Amino acid sequence: MAETQSAYNYKVVRQFTVMAVIWGIVGMLVGVIIAAQLVWPDLNIGFLHFGRLRPLHTNAVIFAFGGCALMGTSYYVVQRTCHARLFCDKLAAFTFWGWQLVIVLAAITLPLGMTQGKEYAELEWPIDILIAAVWVAYAVVFFGTIFKRKVSHIYVANWFYGGFILAVALLHIVNSAAIPVSLTKSYSAYAGVQDAMIQWWYGHNAVGFFLTAGFLGMMYYFVPKQAERPVYSYRLSVVHFWALIFTYMWAGPHHLHYTALPDWTQSLGMIFSLILLAPSWGGMINGIMTLSGAWHKLRDDPILKFLITSLSFYGMSTFEGPMMSIKTVNALSHYTDWTIGHVHSGALGWVAMISIGSIYYLLPRLFGKPEMFSVKLITVHFWVSTIGIVLYIASMWISGVMQGLMWRTVNADGTLAYSFVESVKVSYPFWGIRLMGGVLFLSGMLIMAYNMVKTMAGGKIEDAPVLLPAGHHA
Amino acid sequence: MSDFVNEFWNWYVILIVLISIVACAVFLWTQSQARRGGPTTDTTGHVWDETLQEYNNPLPRWWMWLFYATVVFALVYVALYPALGRFPGVFNWSTANEHKKEVERVEAEIRPLFEKYLKMDLATVAADKDAMEMGGRLYQTYCMQCHGATAQGSRDKGYPNLTDKDWQWGGEPEQIIETITNGRIGMMPPYGGNPDAVGGEAGAKEIASYVRSLSGLSHNAELAAKGKERYAAVCIACHGPEGKGMTALGAPNLTDKVWLYGSSEAKIVETIVNGRNNQMPAWKDFLGEAKIHVLAAYVLGLSSGSAAK
Repeated sequence: MAETQSAYNYKVVRQFTVMAVIWGIVGMLVGVIIAAQLVWPDLNIGFLHFGRLRPLHTNAVIFAFGGCALMGTSYYVVQRTCHARLFCDKLAAFTFWGWQLVIVLAAITLPLGMTQGKEYAELEWPIDILIAAVWVAYAVVFFGTIFKRKVSHIYVANWFYGGFILAVALLHIVNSAAIPVSLTKSYSAYAGVQDAMIQWWYGHNAVGFFLTAGFLGMMYYFVPKQAERPVYSYRLSVVHFWALIFTYMWAGPHHLHYTALPDWTQSLGMIFSLILLAPSWGGMINGIMTLSGAWHKLRDDPILKFLITSLSFYGMSTFEGPMMSIKTVNALSHYTDWTIGHVHSGALGWVAMISIGSIYYLLPRLFGKPEMFSVKLITVHFWVSTIGIVLYIASMWISGVMQGLMWRTVNADGTLAYSFVESVKVSYPFWGIRLMGGVLFLSGMLIMAYNMVKTMAGGKIEDAPVLLPAGHHA
Repeated sequence: MSDFVNEFWNWYVILIVLISIVACAVFLWTQSQARRGGPTTDTTGHVWDETLQEYNNPLPRWWMWLFYATVVFALVYVALYPALGRFPGVFNWSTANEHKKEVERVEAEIRPLFEKYLKMDLATVAADKDAMEMGGRLYQTYCMQCHGATAQGSRDKGYPNLTDKDWQWGGEPEQIIETITNGRIGMMPPYGGNPDAVGGEAGAKEIASYVRSLSGLSHNAELAAKGKERYAAVCIACHGPEGKGMTALGAPNLTDKVWLYGSSEAKIVETIVNGRNNQMPAWKDFLGEAKIHVLAAYVLGLSSGSAAK
């Protein structure tokens, strides 16, 4: 017992990290398939049509890929920065296997058309209950570890991971409240515009806490570690943390501009989205400025390239988001491909790239190797995925703005200048470019998987010893 | 209509919004005041995981002013636009009003364009190039969803082809205007409303053979002969003794080559057994008299081949 307590629990970190890469490939493959279905509609076959696969894509990349990356890295970070082994190995193992079960159930039920019909919260009530159980266990393991820490101060990465864990529990439980009619069908506990408002309170905070706060936690550990520099500003991290978690909670109504939602509620969604700009950028500044004095490291460290580029995309999409929440801009952008482009600049540029960088940092350390099997392949991966993202975002910007302009153009006699189907027709080339971008990004993940397998081969699977805290805080 | 069941919630929203916006600024102010001076490159003194440390650089000024600017913008915005409970804002703006005003402005602009055709008869309008371009755009906006981009209807789905000479409800100008204005409800009752006289599915099959014979399609002569008697007992009421139909009821002509729901024996049996319900929606309130006049001329033109394609 004494021996196991003197080592970090790397087993669960290893499991989550490897599965993050695998689910990343699965989720992005489904994304490539649905992108191809938009270009060639004949590919919509049986129950594997766009309408069934699209929620599978979003669930797989957000909750399977993103979720495994977050849980794996948070378990690693919380142990190392608390100088304590993870609280309760059995519960940690339950979170891994429980989460994999959730993912498998999602992959079965979504193509079968079982859905609550809420975006990013499609899974039916029995799976929702399982998610809640796993999530509570995750919180117990994480905060249990914080509780037994050997250092007085809680490192900034853990604030963000902790905020993300608590908020997601709240969001998931409130938004998933439903009345079951059978094992596979339920109806939302809310009605009409209230249901829509709760859904987008959830939906936008899924972005804010799952996809932002959680990954900022990742950033605050892996950027200073890889750059070997202290975090730029403790004070900035305090201000942007509290401001971020406070204002994100208000931003949801911007998804419901010009709908039945009352005007005053729409306005609140817009102004708090604008206030959110500075708190969001606080994280980018703190990450990028951490590198000041060590910019030369960007030249030949591909892991740092991933981490810093992800922060650039983060800054770009957290500027774009508040702009799109302005009512008059939203009137043009809403329901067009621009939204899809915006989401992917965040999802591919920020979420995926910060995860990929962090995973490249972790893999050799988890499998007892000095470095990845091939550092050169990391560089290749970096360029392939960066080009993929640029193709994806640029094509969606162009087609999105074009769609928005076409839909609002009217003739002198008040009729629409373009029918909907005409806007679909001119979007085809851009959907083709988007598909190419997606294929490139997926190829990068396959390169990563090869590099991972080669790194794992023959590695020592050993848990690292728990370190004593440094000097004056022991 | 108010969104609030009572005054409490109104004030709850007003206060919580104002406090929240101001709290952002106050929080920022307290954090930017703390401990200035001294070397800023010092770390906080904490170390985690061997190497993790933090500098305590002050907040970047440009970032701080950006933050303040968004707070000021928010305060100005909630004063001008609806955001604080029932308070409509200084501009008294609302999405509903904005929409209403825009519709009124556009209506006033385009009304003369359409109204000048109201005094002309449809054939004259159908010969007017400008009117036909406008009519075509109206068609592509409101009609193509059912009748198709080329106005040829939808085969076997019950949406009539508008480019042929066949008219379910009559092709005279007044009839076309009436069809668009008030809509039409076409109904074929199951078994023609008289299952006994039709003789169940077997009888329906005989009638189907007879109906196919009327338009010169291949059929079983023996069955058709039996079907003819059943036709005379039931179908004749709407489709007439010669099967020519009746436009006053929307009963289709059975002797031509036009089939709304398909001409195969199976399809005709299905039509007889289950009946058919069909509806053309009424456009009176949505489009108004003047636009309908131009649209009707366009539809008339489609059929006589003079409309711009």
